[in-house]
Amino acid sequence: MSQKVLLNSTEVNITLHRLACQLLENHTSFHNTVLIGMQPRGIFLARRLATMLEDVYKVNNLHLGHLDITFYRDDFRRSDKPLAANQTEINFIVEDKRVVLIDDVLFTGRSIRAALTALQSYGRPESVELLTLIDRRFSRHLPIQPDYRGRQVDAINNEKVKVCWLENDGEDAVYLINN
Amino acid sequence: MSELSVNHLLGIKYITKEDIELIFETADQFKEVINRPIKKVPSLRDITIANLFFENSTRTRLSFELAEKRLSADVINFSASSSSVKKGETLVDTVNNILSMKVDIVVMRHPNPGAGIFLSKHVDASIVNAGDGAHEHPTQALLDCYSIRERLGSVAGKNVIIVGDILHSRVALSNIYALQTLGANVKVCGPKSLIPKYIHKLGVGVETNLRAALQWCDVANMLRVQNERMDISYFPSTREYTQQYGVTKSLLDSLDKEVIIMHPGPINRGVEITSDVADSKQAIILNQVENGVAIRMAVIYLLASKIKRDDSN
Repeated sequence: MSQKVLLNSTEVNITLHRLACQLLENHTSFHNTVLIGMQPRGIFLARRLATMLEDVYKVNNLHLGHLDITFYRDDFRRSDKPLAANQTEINFIVEDKRVVLIDDVLFTGRSIRAALTALQSYGRPESVELLTLIDRRFSRHLPIQPDYRGRQVDAINNEKVKVCWLENDGEDAVYLINN
Repeated sequence: MSELSVNHLLGIKYITKEDIELIFETADQFKEVINRPIKKVPSLRDITIANLFFENSTRTRLSFELAEKRLSADVINFSASSSSVKKGETLVDTVNNILSMKVDIVVMRHPNPGAGIFLSKHVDASIVNAGDGAHEHPTQALLDCYSIRERLGSVAGKNVIIVGDILHSRVALSNIYALQTLGANVKVCGPKSLIPKYIHKLGVGVETNLRAALQWCDVANMLRVQNERMDISYFPSTREYTQQYGVTKSLLDSLDKEVIIMHPGPINRGVEITSDVADSKQAIILNQVENGVAIRMAVIYLLASKIKRDDSN
């Protein structure tokens, strides 16, 4: 097993600032926008961006939620591993809101497909956008592309992209792991 | 660990503490689901479930059916009063006929203790016991413990009294197993004639004085007197039973603590508890019903995830 650093902590920070600014460009005051981080790993990125928007870019009343898609996945009973659910926490109305879905790595697009279905259970959003830190292009199974991307990566299938967060893994970094 | 150790839910006796905790954690997520504007998830689109009720039930059957539908499973219902059972068909034949219509999970209530266990040995489907005679009613015990956990934070270390007709109650036995597995202290309370002779072998204390029992406990689970299962008289009159074992508001108010009141339903108002108790803040009877749907969704979801897909045909 070998691993290669795709982004180090400084680069992660620069990318986060750029993503926050891109969000600002499109959503300005965020008065009708909600950020939804996808469980389990997307919530770290969502929290970081929310904190950055509030502290550095002085956005007030930012809505942040977590969405778990376990019950909406299309591989129930198909994968060998049982699917364990995580917490969903959406304490606001999604109806007529501009939703930004946030996940760390976009790979096949299947989780996003599930998230779009799951989101419908909370109402009919005005629009849904997708933000991912890492976009593994050429590996999509579905016609899904990010609206905001941190870094595009060409990884072959048996390679794995691992995103580490200071608050969870002890460092900010993105690795390409080759098994 | 995120998988049940069993393929059937036949009774609390056959599952582990880890299984119960997994069911509770999964139920937490489903509880959030059933409070959404759209209360349905597509997880079990390719699962068919048969609800076989060989004995009357309203709450349990509705709760199971709702749980199954909220998971998007296909559901067929069957009740013994309108079936071939009346024409002399055996249980295994009835169920195998239903299974040949490609059913994955069978939820069964049956008047005979052990019917679910018997069935699980003879048919190829996951069995969920929805009550077998006076033996077990596992989902009721799970939702009772889940409701205690929700109200008091945990079940471990709590004192729980089960009051009433212990002898004929499947709820009592399942509750005793579940509460003890989760680390609660359990006592039963009721007329001696309605307490099984060997109850102490389960490690359960017996209290015949209701006031003393309530003073001891954090939670009182009030059972219904099951007149339909009584072939002889177990106490002189309903009025006498109520005087000794009925919980009233004044009795609860005279205690120096607040006891949580539970009831698996259906309530005989004015017999085991009075109306003002049933409708008071202390009673979590309707929370139990709400939690019942979440618990049953969790049980069915976890059992369904263990059914192997057959993609060969």
